[in-house]
Amino acid sequence: MSRIKATFATLRASNCTALMPYLTIGYPERESLAALVDAAVAGGADLLELGLPFSDPLADGPTVQASTQRALANGITLRECLAQTKGLRERGVVLPLVLMGYYNPIYQMGVEAFAAAAAEAGADGVIVPDLPPEEAVALDEALAQHGLDYIYMLAPTSDESRLRLVAERARGFIYLVALVGITGARTTLADEAASFVARVRAAVGDEIPLAIGFGIGSAQAAAEAGALADGVIVGTALIKRIGDAATAAAEAEQFIAELRAGLDG
Amino acid sequence: MTSYSFPDERGRFGRYGGAFVPETLVPAIREIERAYVEAREDTAFQAELDHLFKTFVGRPTPLTYAKRLTEHLGGAKVYLKREDLAHTGAHKINNALGQALLAQRLGKRRIVAETGAGQHGVATATACALLGLDCVVYMGTEDMRRQALNVFRMRLLGTEVRGVESGSRTLKDAINEAMRDWVTNVRDTHYLLGSALGPHPFPMMVRDFQSVIGHEAKAQILEAEGKLPALLIACVGGGSNAIGLFHPFIEDESVEMVGVEAGGSGIESGQHAARFSDERTGRLGVLQGTETYVLQDADGQIALTHSISAGLDYAAIGPEHAWLRERERAEYTYATDDEALEGLKLLSQMEGIIPALESAHAIPELVKRAPALSPDEIIIVNVSGRGDKDMNTVADALGVTLH
Repeated sequence: MSRIKATFATLRASNCTALMPYLTIGYPERESLAALVDAAVAGGADLLELGLPFSDPLADGPTVQASTQRALANGITLRECLAQTKGLRERGVVLPLVLMGYYNPIYQMGVEAFAAAAAEAGADGVIVPDLPPEEAVALDEALAQHGLDYIYMLAPTSDESRLRLVAERARGFIYLVALVGITGARTTLADEAASFVARVRAAVGDEIPLAIGFGIGSAQAAAEAGALADGVIVGTALIKRIGDAATAAAEAEQFIAELRAGLDG
Repeated sequence: MTSYSFPDERGRFGRYGGAFVPETLVPAIREIERAYVEAREDTAFQAELDHLFKTFVGRPTPLTYAKRLTEHLGGAKVYLKREDLAHTGAHKINNALGQALLAQRLGKRRIVAETGAGQHGVATATACALLGLDCVVYMGTEDMRRQALNVFRMRLLGTEVRGVESGSRTLKDAINEAMRDWVTNVRDTHYLLGSALGPHPFPMMVRDFQSVIGHEAKAQILEAEGKLPALLIACVGGGSNAIGLFHPFIEDESVEMVGVEAGGSGIESGQHAARFSDERTGRLGVLQGTETYVLQDADGQIALTHSISAGLDYAAIGPEHAWLRERERAEYTYATDDEALEGLKLLSQMEGIIPALESAHAIPELVKRAPALSPDEIIIVNVSGRGDKDMNTVADALGVTLH
């Protein structure tokens, strides 16, 4: 059983919601990742989403954009991201690791070479926000061959036919975009999230886990989202806290522990 | 090539094109495609657009015989397609009106657009004023500096111009920001993309709205000369004026076509926007919704571009141009900043037409090609816009201080 599947199964058996923090690799400093991952684990993370920096991240708000720009200025490349991911495994990190990146760098490496390298690095899944299902066939197949999950996204604007399309193809979990928009912290969950999650659940069945992200910026919003879905993804609000390298790990651990308490409370 | 029917149902021109957008936008681009295909077949929609073209834009724009330039070059007869005489001063109004009418049909009352040189922004602001639509235009702050006059024009037309500070603060960054706005407001907003770029159906739709250029030019040259031209020349940023001129001639195999990219400070310098001409950085990739040639580094990060003309200063080329090049139906070359300036002066002094810096990139190629053709052959150059907006830039480049 894959790490993603096993993690959600274990959490579901104990009636817990998965917490998946997002970290931009190479932010705030080139070598920040290992300490931040340790902090996330200590704070209570269940899975990790690791951002692969791209020069033109059109689905991201200003905070994540700025973090990826800084990471690129720190000399981060896709190959370096994969090397750092592998480094996490060598240090004994056992959480599921989901890579999130835009398509062009993956395309340049080659879909097959990327899938092989991601598997070799110990990643479990890949999210590509500018690659909708129609364009994702080659990457999905290449990842599947290497035992990785291509993680599909659904949005409140997705109609029933798209829900069914993703239901047929999804592995690992489905990433639900909580709001119509780009990434960025809001203090409360978008109003339409509940009806959206219910609509997806009705279409895709109970088996596949649903994780919800975009705009979840506080313990309260995480708790609201956690009541709806199997997992909660928090990015921007975490990135905002860790801009200062001297305090980044301590801030990350504290904030993730707050989110954990929100989910478990 | 006898029958040309691209893109296919997946929005592909061969391997180029497609629709690489966040899931949130997929239903919207499908809706636009459905509405556009219906509108294309709807005689009332076409009649309304034709009426605006005639009574508001001033179409058909003239096809001008360039007598002195023809004599000066001593070869082919040179004709100029005068998109500089279209209302707002460039071909951009053709697409802006077409899409604004489509937005009305979709019930979208708010328009967002990107602009580089400001010509598409001004055209969109104009179409929105005409039709009573709300309009927000994103523009890189570097371009706002270069094109201050167009910023003022847009604001006078009632449009909100939002400066974009990210990246190189030019066209690519403005498109990112316009797409972020669109993702956020997709339920009531239409993204009026200005070039033959972006996700399907934009490259097809923009091409079709701009094809009025080529249809008119064909009818006009047949009337004036009784035969087709040997060669078409147009500048290529995203490529909307070029595809608009080329497309109606694609099945006329005797007509050669050449697109001119921005060579900036020269290919060797790395400071350019010539996607087809620099093998170090111009490779297949995916940028802002479409698979095409993209200037980028080895890691797939998008390169910073440079051109004296803001409208050509962009890292990707429209996917249909990549396809025409692969099929060897069109050729592509480049002109440097300096060559474009020479072209601008030449056209100004020989014909009394000051072209936009974008359009001026086509002139050096004319100078190279015309002498090799015979006097009974014809070249049509697309003068895609007028140069008024560029006077500060040109004066700077020529070392002249204005006012």
